[in-house]
Amino acid sequence: MDCRTVIRELSEYLDGELDRTLLAEVERHLAHCQDCRVVVNTTKKTIEFYCNSAPLPLPEEVRQRLHAALRTRLQRPTS
Amino acid sequence: MSSPKTNPVLVRTPAGGADEHRFVERARQGDLAAFEELVNRYEQKIFRLAMNITGNREDAEDVLQEAFLKAYTNLGRFQGDSRFYTWLVRIAINEGLMKLRKRRANVVSLDQEVETDEDVLPRQVEDWGPNPEQRFAQIELQHILDEAIASLEPGYRIVFVLRDIEQLSSEEIAQVLGLSVPAVKSRLLRARLKLRERLNPYFRPGESPLPARPER
Repeated sequence: MDCRTVIRELSEYLDGELDRTLLAEVERHLAHCQDCRVVVNTTKKTIEFYCNSAPLPLPEEVRQRLHAALRTRLQRPTS
Repeated sequence: MSSPKTNPVLVRTPAGGADEHRFVERARQGDLAAFEELVNRYEQKIFRLAMNITGNREDAEDVLQEAFLKAYTNLGRFQGDSRFYTWLVRIAINEGLMKLRKRRANVVSLDQEVETDEDVLPRQVEDWGPNPEQRFAQIELQHILDEAIASLEPGYRIVFVLRDIEQLSSEEIAQVLGLSVPAVKSRLLRARLKLRERLNPYFRPGESPLPARPER
């Protein structure tokens, strides 16, 4: 397996979606290819950054406008 | 060693709460307070999603409002066979895409399959060293992450956001964006690699323009 193929399988590798055979081949390549290991690790880190980052606080005025809109537009008299 | 398919390198936990269903049921009966509870729970995430899709605060605010209004008025159609949050995300995505298309007619085509293999191989393979985030204060780090993701083309950014932040499956993303599953996977790979490259200048060890050795 060459570097290009490993990179092509990178997402599936990170998501645990490779079948056994392909996984073994990727891991064999990673064991001896420093460059691919770096790409795998830094891509994983990239995803983790975003995955773990807390949503920015919702600006208070945006929040207030949202709730005001919901109240005015959804509060209907029950008939 | 663990077996494949059960051992993803990335581990993620889905958002939401176990009692979501209870609030949805009450909201469905017209209980606005119960619905507001759901709004409180998800408003921040939906706003972030809207920001990530539209790249524009004003549009994001519209999307936020419209998504919740539509969710409430269409609650009767919510089947309950998926999670409410996932359903809400879909509504917000659709609202966001409409905004985006309006603003950027002809600039972005989400349905286009344009990728070749040419741009797959990363150009920069410098390691980041351990805990690169420790070089930045939390707020600075968040700024770097926001800038990097905002700089991605919408077609990539949206797929990345839906998969890696919202944690939708590739199949769900394909459905909501009207793409094939292979197209989603292809974009996801490119989006992840592009983001990695954009973060690279911040996180590689040292300031030297020469390739640095990995830090100990």
